[in-house]
Amino acid sequence: MELYQLTAHQLHEKLVNKEVTAREITESIYNRIEAVEEDVKAYITLTKEDALKQADKVDEKIANGEEIGPLAGIPIAIKDNMSTEGVKTTCASKILHNYKPPYDATVIKKLSAEDYIMVGKTNMDEFAMGSSNENSGFYPTANPWDLTRVPGGSSGGSAAAVAAGEAIISLGSDTGGSIRQPAAFCGVVGMKPTYGLVSRYGLVAFASSLDQIGPFSKDITDCAIALNYIAGHDEFDSTSANREVPDYTASLNKDITGMKIGVPSEYFGDGIDQEVKDAVWTAIKKLEELGAEYEEVSLPHTEYALSAYYLIAPAEASSNLARYDGVRYGLRSEEVKGLVDMYKKTRQEGFGDEVKRRIMLGTYALSSGYYDAYYKKAQKVRTLVKQDFDRAFEKYDVLISPTTPTTSFKAGAKKDPLEMYLSDICTIPINLAGIPALSMPCGLDSNGLPIGLQIMGNHFGEEKILQIAHAFEQATDFHKKRASL
Amino acid sequence: MLDGYEMTVGLEIHVQLDTDTKIFCGCKNEFGAEPNNHTCPICLGLPGTLPVLNEKAVEYIVKAGLALNCEINTFSKFDRKNYFYADLPKAYQISQFDLPFCEDGHVMIQLEDGADMKIGITRIHLEEDAGKLNHAGEGIASSDSSLVDYNRVGTPLIEIVSEPDIHSPEQAIAYLKKIKSILEYIGVSDCDMSQGSMRADVNISVAPKGSDKLGTRTELKNMNSFKAIEKALKYEPKRQIKVLESGGEIIQGTLTWDDEAGKTIPMRSKEEAHDYRYFPEPDLVPVILDQEWIEGIRETLPELPDARQKRYVEELGIPEYDAMVITADREMADFFEAVVEEHNDAKAISNWIMGDFSRLLNEESITIAEVKFKPADLAKMLKLMDEGTISSKIAKTVFEEMFATGKDPDTIVEEKGLKQISDTSELEKIIDQVIADNQSALEDYRGGNKNVFGFFIGQTMKATRGKANPGMVNKILREKLEG
Repeated sequence: MELYQLTAHQLHEKLVNKEVTAREITESIYNRIEAVEEDVKAYITLTKEDALKQADKVDEKIANGEEIGPLAGIPIAIKDNMSTEGVKTTCASKILHNYKPPYDATVIKKLSAEDYIMVGKTNMDEFAMGSSNENSGFYPTANPWDLTRVPGGSSGGSAAAVAAGEAIISLGSDTGGSIRQPAAFCGVVGMKPTYGLVSRYGLVAFASSLDQIGPFSKDITDCAIALNYIAGHDEFDSTSANREVPDYTASLNKDITGMKIGVPSEYFGDGIDQEVKDAVWTAIKKLEELGAEYEEVSLPHTEYALSAYYLIAPAEASSNLARYDGVRYGLRSEEVKGLVDMYKKTRQEGFGDEVKRRIMLGTYALSSGYYDAYYKKAQKVRTLVKQDFDRAFEKYDVLISPTTPTTSFKAGAKKDPLEMYLSDICTIPINLAGIPALSMPCGLDSNGLPIGLQIMGNHFGEEKILQIAHAFEQATDFHKKRASL
Repeated sequence: MLDGYEMTVGLEIHVQLDTDTKIFCGCKNEFGAEPNNHTCPICLGLPGTLPVLNEKAVEYIVKAGLALNCEINTFSKFDRKNYFYADLPKAYQISQFDLPFCEDGHVMIQLEDGADMKIGITRIHLEEDAGKLNHAGEGIASSDSSLVDYNRVGTPLIEIVSEPDIHSPEQAIAYLKKIKSILEYIGVSDCDMSQGSMRADVNISVAPKGSDKLGTRTELKNMNSFKAIEKALKYEPKRQIKVLESGGEIIQGTLTWDDEAGKTIPMRSKEEAHDYRYFPEPDLVPVILDQEWIEGIRETLPELPDARQKRYVEELGIPEYDAMVITADREMADFFEAVVEEHNDAKAISNWIMGDFSRLLNEESITIAEVKFKPADLAKMLKLMDEGTISSKIAKTVFEEMFATGKDPDTIVEEKGLKQISDTSELEKIIDQVIADNQSALEDYRGGNKNVFGFFIGQTMKATRGKANPGMVNKILREKLEG
């Protein structure tokens, strides 16, 4: 087996036992990138030179007999909406095509402290708006399982990078499903932690009250390890939770006997593909075999979640994206007459259609006279959605549903934005409620495409999610299946 | 002047808080640095950065709210006010909309006729300041380039919004001065209008007297001098009345005050006004204040101008007007009290402070902190007067010398030989000479023109270069002239 096919915990063992060097691992990743990147297009920027230097540093530490952590020497890909000092951070938007931040995001600082190796910055839907990675301002990313299909969005590049062996782990961001949906489409593990568990400092904001950074990995153990190192309070993020971070790997091997699973009926409705439903039910039955109990439960406000989301997220986005005006960095339109003209032309040239659509939607929802009818109403719905979950978690340890209504669709297949928005219908309520959720592979459809299982937990209930997920993983082989690229 | 009409003024006063660092980041909050030297990714609003609230700013606004008799909200939150401008890096200002820290306050002002008046304060909220544009050329319209200085971005600002209780320029100025005085007392801001630490948006409307509805208002933005505000408040209502009288309508909008031309100029109309699209700031959690903590802040409040004024009148027995003038400025009042401690004649001290002292401060345009002599020196000078060592006229000279050099009055009197001449025989000799030199005046006096007496006093003082003891001169002269 090639090194790029292994997990972080496998590689760590080999590093510690001096079976391989960090340089060999890194070179294996870049060789793989050379072989497949032309087809996959998972990356916007590669940082090979720095990566090899970093690998040598790790090898030196090992040679000197220094102890290394589980992420030392592990090649990790970073979604291109996380600030990396001196390395382009474009958000896949023309408006930031040349922007190099002067500072590192908190997650980057934390990973750097662990001697991780940054492979590069991954492709995404522009400013994290999209469900297919077709909205990148540069080029779309392909699904490694079928290059004619989409990897999902908006962290499609990060998901595809792990699925294609172009990174061992990657970071994505999830505003309405942007980690879990591409994880499902690409057959990898993806987790959106509780809002506030991972610092957002340095994450270029899409919708501040919904965004959360999380990891992609090949298996649950790697997910837990990555979470261990990115979670925790940050004094630079007022919304970050000030509470002790547990060791997430510690809960992995705990018995799940007696755990209570709720199965929300609203997530198995008409829009959900039968093959997907079947696979998820099979998984639930499997968990029952392993000792868990399940029961159907109703989350009655689920049907309003999508509408509320598409008011709140664009409203915040319209404000967050107003700073891209050509005054200080990024694109500035040339041949402009005066300040207002500069704003208009810069934004007209710099933003893609989906971003413009949401800015307009959000501006409208916040404007005087419409605020109460749209934004405020949406916030009320958000509270109701949250209360649905609160009630459910009084009774159940986790909830289980499909991650996506369908498996990956063909590139260009969804022309209508509304149809595209529906692909996040199972993931969006989780962001509104701020709870954690994970997607992991639970089967393949008749086209041989991965199916995602979504496990949701209560606020800061990551441990239970990982415990159930790990039990399922140990009892099945889905996580071992790789895209044949 | 406003025949048949009443004007109503609303004031929104912006005051920069004197915290060490900015409101949402660790950059220095300091006026006068090289452009863009006090900036970081956070205050520049670079992608991905987040604000973290400076607790000192909250302490200061609560202090201000308590000093201005406000209710303090224990649950408060921040909102975003969205608009595009080159000096606003995030294209929104973090401010407060529906849940400000302070509401329902008031201050008392004294009018020139001695009447007290209560002016209501609707709210005080906390927000961040924007940067500053420096336009090449004459102004924004004619310049071909503009440079932005972001040092001021993120300076903590409080906005104090008044109730529409103000109906004259005098009331408006008295209100502004009272607010300034109180904020200086509690030490939350230097309120330096020339540096923009205090500036006001002024809303003006007129309505027929007795009307229960306010007229359409116009707004003057960013006024930063009392004089200009006063002039504008005299001009704008007249302009509005003229428009109304000629059958026109007041257009609601923003005006600027052209100080040179002495008139208001339209800037933008209501149609062009911003829709700020306020919504709760998702990057900051709501602020929950502990009642005990608020009470702790209340305990740190110093004696405020109104209380001090009352004490001066009641305990020191100085006139209400003097007390008001002196207590308006905390440094002035502190200085006054320090002199009173050394010399038990409050009225005499207040006369000097309000007279020559204030005049010289104005002429030299320096602050009390920069004054060279000590309060004890003034007390010493007053003692010299009481003892008859110097006359009140000489005291003026001594005071000016003290002010200019910081030397103590004993030294000045000694060095300049200013000691009063109280020696009877010496004075008699001088007066004899004065009379001898002015025989015709003597005849006038003796002929019944008693007004000439003053002339002889003057001549005697001249001959002694002001050092003669006036009481004694008076006595000796009268005796000699009466012959």
